[in-house]
Amino acid sequence: MSISVQNISKTFKKVNAVNDVSFEVKEGELFGLIGPDGAGKTTIFRILTTLLIADKGTATVAGFDVVADYKSIRNHVGYMPGKFSLYQDLTVEENLEFFATIFGTTIYENYDLIKEIYVQIEPFKNRRAGKLSGGMKQKLALCCALIHKPKVLFLDEPTTGVDPVSRKEFWEMLKRLQQKGITILVSTPYMDEAELCDRIALIQHGKILQIDTPQEIVKYYPKNIYDISADNMYKLIESLKSFKHHYSVYPFGEFVHYTDTRNDFNPQELQYYLESKNHTNIKIKITKTTIEDTFMELTK
Amino acid sequence: MKRFIGFIKKEFYHIIRDRRSLFILFGMPIAQIMLFGFAITNEIQNVDIAILDHSKDATTQEIIHKISSSKYFKITQLIDNESSIEAAFKKGKVKAVLIIEKDFTKNLTKENNANIQIITDATEPNTANSISNYIISIIQNYKQEINKNTNVPYQINANTKMIFNPELKSVFMFVPGVMTIILMLVSAMMTSISITREKELGTMEVLLVSPLKPYQVIIGKVFPYIFLAIINTIVIVLLSIFVFKMPIQGSYLLLAFVSILFILTSLSLGILISTIAATQQTAMMISLAGLMLPTIILSGFIFPVTSMPAPLQILSNIIPAKWFIIILKGIMLKGVGFTFIWKETLILLVMTVFNIVLSTKKYKIRLE
Repeated sequence: MSISVQNISKTFKKVNAVNDVSFEVKEGELFGLIGPDGAGKTTIFRILTTLLIADKGTATVAGFDVVADYKSIRNHVGYMPGKFSLYQDLTVEENLEFFATIFGTTIYENYDLIKEIYVQIEPFKNRRAGKLSGGMKQKLALCCALIHKPKVLFLDEPTTGVDPVSRKEFWEMLKRLQQKGITILVSTPYMDEAELCDRIALIQHGKILQIDTPQEIVKYYPKNIYDISADNMYKLIESLKSFKHHYSVYPFGEFVHYTDTRNDFNPQELQYYLESKNHTNIKIKITKTTIEDTFMELTK
Repeated sequence: MKRFIGFIKKEFYHIIRDRRSLFILFGMPIAQIMLFGFAITNEIQNVDIAILDHSKDATTQEIIHKISSSKYFKITQLIDNESSIEAAFKKGKVKAVLIIEKDFTKNLTKENNANIQIITDATEPNTANSISNYIISIIQNYKQEINKNTNVPYQINANTKMIFNPELKSVFMFVPGVMTIILMLVSAMMTSISITREKELGTMEVLLVSPLKPYQVIIGKVFPYIFLAIINTIVIVLLSIFVFKMPIQGSYLLLAFVSILFILTSLSLGILISTIAATQQTAMMISLAGLMLPTIILSGFIFPVTSMPAPLQILSNIIPAKWFIIILKGIMLKGVGFTFIWKETLILLVMTVFNIVLSTKKYKIRLE
């Protein structure tokens, strides 16, 4: 096991940030902590990177205890905090050089590891880090976290505030890093990114709701979901909510996601009902359950 | 070692690229020493004084003439009796009264000993100090003139107990004070700000999760400031010597040694502040209110410690600047050696060690 967390709890004053959390990450795995802001993701990261001490429970990273062997861990992990934490007044190259030096290595020694990422920001190597775009900043931060070839990489919300194209590129990079044998723990509030992980843990209010692969986790959703659309979407939600057999109704993109309390639900029945409510252009079709649906269901 | 050098290199980039701190580091020392040297000196000019001459003979006339012909004093009143002295002060124009005893010339020529009393308006202690010093100095000059042709030297006793300031130049008194403030500013404030900046920007988080040991981070952060503070010391001393023609009486080596010690004391204070403060703003407020203000007010730089109320006098003992100013005045103005200032030096050393031990205890290897 590359990361092992057992019954970790952490309380700040009166806020229970992390509540009895346990999970394990295998070597070379890309593991995602998925949850909204304030779910406790950052606290878990800080406990694992030895920055905070948990009130209860134990954890190991790369075989080292996070409290007793904190010095060893600090030698072997790469950490990219949620907030951009590089020196804004240093250039791209100077930042990278600095982090290489304090980890006792050089840019050239591990250049193959960061090469693919670094070539993208190399044209701006003489630009100050503070003047880079959001996506560039994250690429540089990733380079800096990787420069000493860590065994485990901790990425706390690396794609927050990054444009969709850069986000996609960023995840492609993570996939390639994973192939080089680096264990990656990543957190994100974006459900669509969850599908790119090997396994994910859904987390809310400091508690883990479910841990599984993105493919399996949707099976925890007990029902079939129907995409429903009509001309008047607002009225559609009203009507669905007043349908006596409705289980859940919530807007999802351009559709409304609807589930029924009965297992032998016939969409035709709903079609008639909505027509009776004077809806026009009604479309009902069964749809694939997403992680977001599962998350919504589990947090109910 | 390579890590350490890499760290220091980074610190220098920070300093060089931040125009504001560069200005504080190099602009301030020069601006302050010039300001104090030229503008806010308590050098006196055309001060109104009154004379109460009980003798009214040739010698006293000559002394009075000497005083009035200097650019420092203007004799605006001649008083007849002692009871008018208070009235003269109360009008507020006269800053000092010079009293010449009865039979001044007779005492001087027959007994070789004559007395003059100087009464100064002590509501402005600094001016009062300067006035009496200036008058004494003029009388001394006169005494030397009349003693040139005599075998038995005449004595004129000026009845005051004021500080010795040989060249009648107040700028000298300010150099130690300004130097102390600058070193405090550069060392304590700038380091505490530079360390808390890492906390505030989140880079401390990354530094903590790195193989760098806490002491390496701290030494790496303060090292450039030691270097800069030494440069500042040299600049101030050079300005004093070449712009204000101030002779350094004591040993330069000793001066360098105690200056470096005081730089270390200030740095240790800066580190201590940074362990308490979470943001640059707080660090700056603590440095200004907790260090700069007491340094200026309680160190004896502007207000003499002896004229403070007792509780403040006791409080002034914990201000490192007080001891450093005593040491500097000793070396620069009086030219004393280490045997005269070892106590003050020891106090600074103890303070430094205390601060460092306390900072090490308080330094967080984690975020909380």
